[in-house]
Amino acid sequence: MKILVCISHVPDTTSKINFADNDTKFDTNGVQFVINPNDEFGLTRAMWFKEKQGANVTVVNVGGPETEPTLRKALAIGADAAIRVNTDAKDGFQVAKELANIVNEGGYDLVIAGRESIDYNGGMVPGMIAALTNANFVTNCISLEVDGINATAMREIDGGKETVSTSLPLVIGGQKGLVEESDLRIPNMRGIMMARQKPLSVVEPTNASTETSTVKFEKPAPKGAVTLVDADNVDELINLLHNEAKAI
Amino acid sequence: MSVLVYTESEQGKFKKTAFEAASYAKAVANQMGTTVTAVAINANDTSELGTYGVDKVLNITNGDLKAFNANAYASSIEQAAKQENATVVIVSSSADSKYLAPILAIGLNAGFASNVVEAPSNTSPFTVKRTAFTNKAFNMTTIDTAVKVVGVSKNAFGLVESNGSATTEEFSPSIPASGVKVESVDRATDKVTIADAEIVVSAGRGLKGPENWGMIEELADVLGAATACSKPVSDLGWRPHSEHVGQTGKPVASNLYIAIGISGAIQHLAGINASKVKVVINTDPEAPFFKAADYGIVGDAFEVVPTLIEKLKAFKAQNA
Ligand SMILES: Cc1cc2nc3c(=O)[nH]c(=O)nc-3n(C[C@H](O)[C@H](O)[C@H](O)COP(=O)(O)OP(=O)(O)OC[C@H]3O[C@@H](n4cnc5c(N)ncnc54)[C@H](O)[C@@H]3O)c2cc1C
Repeated sequence: MKILVCISHVPDTTSKINFADNDTKFDTNGVQFVINPNDEFGLTRAMWFKEKQGANVTVVNVGGPETEPTLRKALAIGADAAIRVNTDAKDGFQVAKELANIVNEGGYDLVIAGRESIDYNGGMVPGMIAALTNANFVTNCISLEVDGINATAMREIDGGKETVSTSLPLVIGGQKGLVEESDLRIPNMRGIMMARQKPLSVVEPTNASTETSTVKFEKPAPKGAVTLVDADNVDELINLLHNEAKAI
Repeated sequence: MSVLVYTESEQGKFKKTAFEAASYAKAVANQMGTTVTAVAINANDTSELGTYGVDKVLNITNGDLKAFNANAYASSIEQAAKQENATVVIVSSSADSKYLAPILAIGLNAGFASNVVEAPSNTSPFTVKRTAFTNKAFNMTTIDTAVKVVGVSKNAFGLVESNGSATTEEFSPSIPASGVKVESVDRATDKVTIADAEIVVSAGRGLKGPENWGMIEELADVLGAATACSKPVSDLGWRPHSEHVGQTGKPVASNLYIAIGISGAIQHLAGINASKVKVVINTDPEAPFFKAADYGIVGDAFEVVPTLIEKLKAFKAQNA
């Protein structure tokens, strides 16, 4: 089985978010970048397939040279090869088209992406890859088994979960649950050394078009101070929630 | 030219997200000087949609669409959009709508903006405000294609009634064969879900152990709320993963979010920032949650929560 894991290079979850160039660009100054958490679950599941069922795992990112440490980290965790599509994509559609091109060229059986990236939160890339490559698609995926060309997946729905059967080629949008949190891997020294020898190929983009453009970014208006209520005066909290906030 | 809206229903009844999406569609249609057409799938009574600004309903009744299927639903909406010459297609932000939207966008050659929180500031260029960086910022985006797909965030635009009425036409799209088959659905039927709840009662590691969740459930019960938790609580197995809210868990956009024994780490706050009113109960006056909350009590959950339950019961009885 040939697996492609899409890796989004995102600001660490504790990052303070700031903007530059008249609020038109994300300010990367002082920001630590990591593998998108939803993709990390997918990468770990791909490692399981590799170790238990025999699979070849390639990781891919659409981005500039600055994303290579993130791809190297994925190689250190155990992926066999990495591809970087050398472009600074401007929207989710452009990312999806570049990735669909990689999928078509490489003939992957299973494409694992995260349900959404925690920076732009578009949630569109996995579904668009599936639509562009005519593959089956399951998102919010919280478990995945593959037997030959048949797959069983579970996905989270509003208020529960659903089990589906499908077949390869398949694209999933993964999330927490796909593997246990405790199974996530930290690269060890041997992995880091081996990662240096593994191929990281840089592919020029197809120059896919964009469909949306960012005009500017804004930060939420600063919040007013909290209204504190004495612990012995719970009635006052109920009063405020009812009469002031109109929330109960 | 028209605005098309997909109005979700469950067991024949429209969901609140359907009325929100319809309200949003009406606002867009007003700005563009056009009408709103809704697509409804296996809904019992489509007339309700008129209340939220829908002029015409394309009603699909089809046994093959009984269980949700992203490809089949996206294809049906795509066919409706093409028939109506729709230039803007509105969907909600439920798990199902987020599933079908990218497929629909590809089918219509349409640009797609998700997590949109306001009516367009301009319709030419078509400019919307969407959340990004997990609610830590907004992204003003233009959709540059002829046809546009917009995903509206839950609880962001709200319900807007208008005094119109909707006509209904039967619509029979062709349903493509699907490669994904639903085998079983496991729904927590008797509980309010985090996605649909107006009120969410959430608790963190401050509760010390799973045995103490009785009072959290009771509080949720009194308020008709859903229960949620912080990440370590689900990692420790005290509560199911489906209750974990935050940046890496579920987003919450309720009217009221009550956080009990939760510190308010940045990753937790990212997931609940979209909630309107936030209440924190925490022993530590320095807990970061107090900076994010509207109302707070510095106090021990084991004393405050039982009192709150008693007082709320009395309040409910009085206001029933
Ligand atoms: C990559 C990454 C992603 C993450 N994603 C998420 C996420 O999506 N969601 C999330 O929640 N976290 C997430 N986290 C974890 C986050 O950083 C915090 O560790 C977590 O939110 C803390 O949970 P907590 O507040 O329940 O526990 P703690 O930090 O242990 O805080 C417990 C709080 O309870 C209070 N308390 C103790 N006893 C009482 C009492 N008797 N009565 C009242 N209050 C009491 C304490 O004062 C304290 O403030 C993530 C972390 C990482 C690294």
